[in-house]
Amino acid sequence: MKLLRLAPENTHYPFMRLRRLSYPFSALLSILAVTIFLTWGMNFGIDFSGGTLMEMRAKDGPADLVELRALGEHLDIGDIEVQGFGTPSDVTLRFGVQPGGDSAQEAAVNRIRQTIGDRYDIRRIEVVGPRVSGELVQSGTLGVVLSIIAVLGYLWFRFEWQFAVGAIIATMHDLLLTVGFFSVTQLEFNTTSIAAILTIVGYSLNETVVVLDRIREMMKKYRKIPTDQLIDLSVNAVLPRTIMTATTVFLALLSLVVFGGHVIRSFSLAMIWGIVVATYSSVFICSPMLIYLGLRNETSETVKGEQTSTKPAV
Amino acid sequence: MLRFATWKIVSIIGMTLFAFLVIVPSLFTQAQREALSAHLPSWLPMHSIVLGLDLQGGSHVLLEVDQASVLRTQIDTLRDDVRRVLREDKIGIAGGIGVLPRGVQFRLANPAERARLMPRLEQLAGTTGINLLGGNRAAAFDIVNKDDGLIQLIVTEAAINDRIHRAVDQSIEVLRRRVDALGTTEPTLQRQGNNRIVVEVPGLQDTSKLKEILGTTAKLEFRLVAQPGADPSEVEQLEQVDGGTLPIEKRVMVQGEDLVDAQPGFDSRTQEPVVNFRFNVRGGQKFGEVTAANVGRPFAIVLDGKVISAPRILSPITGGSGQISGRFTVEQANNLSILLRAGALPAKLTIVEERTVGPGLGQDSINAGKRAAYVGAFLVAAYMLVTYGIFGVFANLALLVHIAFIFAGLILLGATLTLPGIAGIVLTIGMAVDSNVLIYERIREEAHAGRSIVSALDAGFNRAFATIVDSNVTMFVAAAILYFLGSGPVRGFAVSLALGILTTIITAVTMTRMMITLWYRSKRPTRLPI
Repeated sequence: MKLLRLAPENTHYPFMRLRRLSYPFSALLSILAVTIFLTWGMNFGIDFSGGTLMEMRAKDGPADLVELRALGEHLDIGDIEVQGFGTPSDVTLRFGVQPGGDSAQEAAVNRIRQTIGDRYDIRRIEVVGPRVSGELVQSGTLGVVLSIIAVLGYLWFRFEWQFAVGAIIATMHDLLLTVGFFSVTQLEFNTTSIAAILTIVGYSLNETVVVLDRIREMMKKYRKIPTDQLIDLSVNAVLPRTIMTATTVFLALLSLVVFGGHVIRSFSLAMIWGIVVATYSSVFICSPMLIYLGLRNETSETVKGEQTSTKPAV
Repeated sequence: MLRFATWKIVSIIGMTLFAFLVIVPSLFTQAQREALSAHLPSWLPMHSIVLGLDLQGGSHVLLEVDQASVLRTQIDTLRDDVRRVLREDKIGIAGGIGVLPRGVQFRLANPAERARLMPRLEQLAGTTGINLLGGNRAAAFDIVNKDDGLIQLIVTEAAINDRIHRAVDQSIEVLRRRVDALGTTEPTLQRQGNNRIVVEVPGLQDTSKLKEILGTTAKLEFRLVAQPGADPSEVEQLEQVDGGTLPIEKRVMVQGEDLVDAQPGFDSRTQEPVVNFRFNVRGGQKFGEVTAANVGRPFAIVLDGKVISAPRILSPITGGSGQISGRFTVEQANNLSILLRAGALPAKLTIVEERTVGPGLGQDSINAGKRAAYVGAFLVAAYMLVTYGIFGVFANLALLVHIAFIFAGLILLGATLTLPGIAGIVLTIGMAVDSNVLIYERIREEAHAGRSIVSALDAGFNRAFATIVDSNVTMFVAAAILYFLGSGPVRGFAVSLALGILTTIITAVTMTRMMITLWYRSKRPTRLPI
C-alpha cells in the first residue's frame, strides 16, 4: 500500500534565518490585532454585555424580521437586534440590559412572549443580568491569566527558564491574534469563546512543548553544533509531526464547523484559527526566541572531544 | 519491544470490555432500559449518560437573595425588639424610633437612664447574634452612643451575611417544595456562593410558570383595613390587585406561616375559583379572636404587599379554616395554593440569570453534535489510514477505544454531556491521534537513522513518551482551570477534554504498543510499513 505523505521529510529549512521575516511579520500582525480590537471592539455576547437572547422559529412560513424589529419600539424594549440564520423561519433576537434592575429583564421577555408567542416557537431564552455578566468577565479573564501562570510554572520546572519564557511569548502572540480574529470577524464573544481561547492556549503550549522537547534532547546529543543550527535541526525533525497533527485537528474542527450547528459555530471557527496560529508560532516565534533569550549550546567548550560525530542523524 | 506482559494485555482488553459495557445502556431509551433491566442481572451497569440542559432542554435559573429586603426585615425586627425592651424596662424616649440605612436610632428622654439601658441592649445584641463555634455568639449590632442621649444601633456586616446565608438555606427548602409541586423530573436546587441559588429543571415546556413560582415571595398576611381617624403612623396605603389602594393597618393579625394547608377549590355560592386554607392551632385561635373582636370590619388579605381582597367579617371564624377569593382564574388559584402550601420565602429573590433551551433545539443540537462527531472521526480515521497503513489501523482502533473510555468516564463520574462537551470530544478525536503521530514519526526517524526495526520501534515509543506527557500536562492544566472557573456547558467541555487527555495516555500509548507488539510477533516483518 502506497502511503500518503503530506509533510516533506529530511527537510533543512533555515527557520532561524527566517526569523528576520517572521518577527516583523508577527509584530505587525499583533499590533494590527490590538489596534483593531481597540477601535472595532468585540461583538460581546450577552454573557459579557448582559441582556437577553431569544431564539425562535416561526410556526408558519418565514419569520417576519421587520415585525420582530419593530417589537423593540412597540414594547418599549429599545433596540432589538434581529438576525436570521439557518432556515428562513429561524431567527434570533438580542437586546441589551433593560433599565430597572434584574426583574425588568424577565418582564421584557414576558412581553415579547405574550405578543408573538402564538406564532413563534421559542427555542431558547438566555437572560443575563448586569451583575452576573460582570462576574463572567472577571472569571473569564482570571481563567486565562491563571492558566498562563500555571503552565509557566510547569514549564519552568521541566525546562530551562528560556523555554518557559519563549513558550509564554508564543502563547501571548496566539492570544493576541485570536482576540484580533474575534474583532475582525465580529463573531460573538461569549463564555464558550473563553473556552476556545483556553483551549487554544493549551494547544499552543502543546505544540511549543513538542518542539522544545526536541531542542532539549538535541542539546544533550549534539553539544558542538551552534544553537541556531541546532534549533533548525530540531524544528525540521518534528516538522512532519507538526503538520500531521495540525491536519487531524483541523479535520475534526472542520466537521464541527460544518455539521456542529450554529450554537457552537463561533467556538469552532475560533479554534480553527487558533491551531493555525499556534502551529505557526511554535515554529516561528518560540524557537527563535530562545536565541534572543540567550540560550546557548555552551557545553561545546567544556566537553570538547567527548562527541565523536557531529553529523546529525536525521 | 517483543515483550508485552500478558497481564497488561488482559487488563487492557478487560478495561475496554468494561467501557463498552458501561456505554451500552445509553444506547437505549429510558423505557427500553427499564424493560431490559428486569431480565438482566442487577450487577450490570444500567446508568445512562446524563445530558446537559442544553441537550435535553430545560431551564437553568440563577436566583439571588435581595440584600436590601433582608436588611429591611432585620431592621424591622430590631425596632420591634428595642420597643419591647424600652417598654419592659419603662425607659422613656423623646420622639419615636428612627430608621437608619443600616440600623435604628432613638433619643433617651432622660440621658441618665443610659447606664440602665446599656446592659439590656448588649444582652439583646448577644441573644439575637450569630452562633459561633463553641456556643459563643457574635453581636448582631454595634451600639453607638452619641451625645445627649442619642443611641444608634447599627447591624453588623457579619450579621447581615449570616442572615442572608440562612435565608438561602430556607429558600432552597421552600423552593424545593414549590418546584416539586410542578411535577417535573429531577429538578436540582443548589446554593451558589453566599447569596445565590441555582435551580435547574429539565424538560419544561413553559418556563413562565416556573419563573412565577420561583420569583414570588408568597408572604401572606391578614390585616385589618384602617378605620377613619386611626393613627396615621400605624396605617399604610397598599395597592389592590384589581386597581386602587386601601388604607391598611400596619399591624399584622395573622401570618401565612401559621397555615398548614391550602387547596384550590370553588366558592359554593358563586362557583368562582378560590383557595381554601386551614390554620394550625395557634393561627386558628388568633384568627378566631381577631374576627370575634372585629365583626363588621373589612379584613384584608395581603400577599407580598398587595391586597388580594378585603372581605367584611360577617361573624367570628373559629373553625381554623377559611377561604381566599379574589377573582382568580383556575390556574391562579392553583398557583397560589402551591405557593401557600410551600410557605413564604424568608426574603425576596430576584432572577439574575436565566438560560432556557427548548426540547426541539436540544434535539437539534444532539443531532448536529452526533453528525459532527461521526464525520470528524471518519475524516481523522481515513487520514490516519492513508498515512500510516497498518499502523493507522492500530491508531484508529485505539481511537475507537479512546472515545469509548471518554463516554464510560462521563457515565461513571455522573458528569453531564453538554454541546460544548461534544465539541470537546470531537476536538480530542483530532488530538488523541497526536500521540500516535508523535510515536510513529519518531519510529520513522529512528529507522532512517539506521536502527533495526525492533530498536526503532522501542526508541520511538520510549522517546515520544516524555514528549507526550509534557505536552498533555499543559493541555490538562488549561482544562482543569476551565473546569473550576467555568459553569454549565463550558464545564462539560472541560470535563470531556480532561478525560480525553487522560485516556489518550492509555489508548494511544499502551494500547498501540500492545497491538504493534502482537503484530510484530506474528508477522516478523523485515521492513517497517511506515
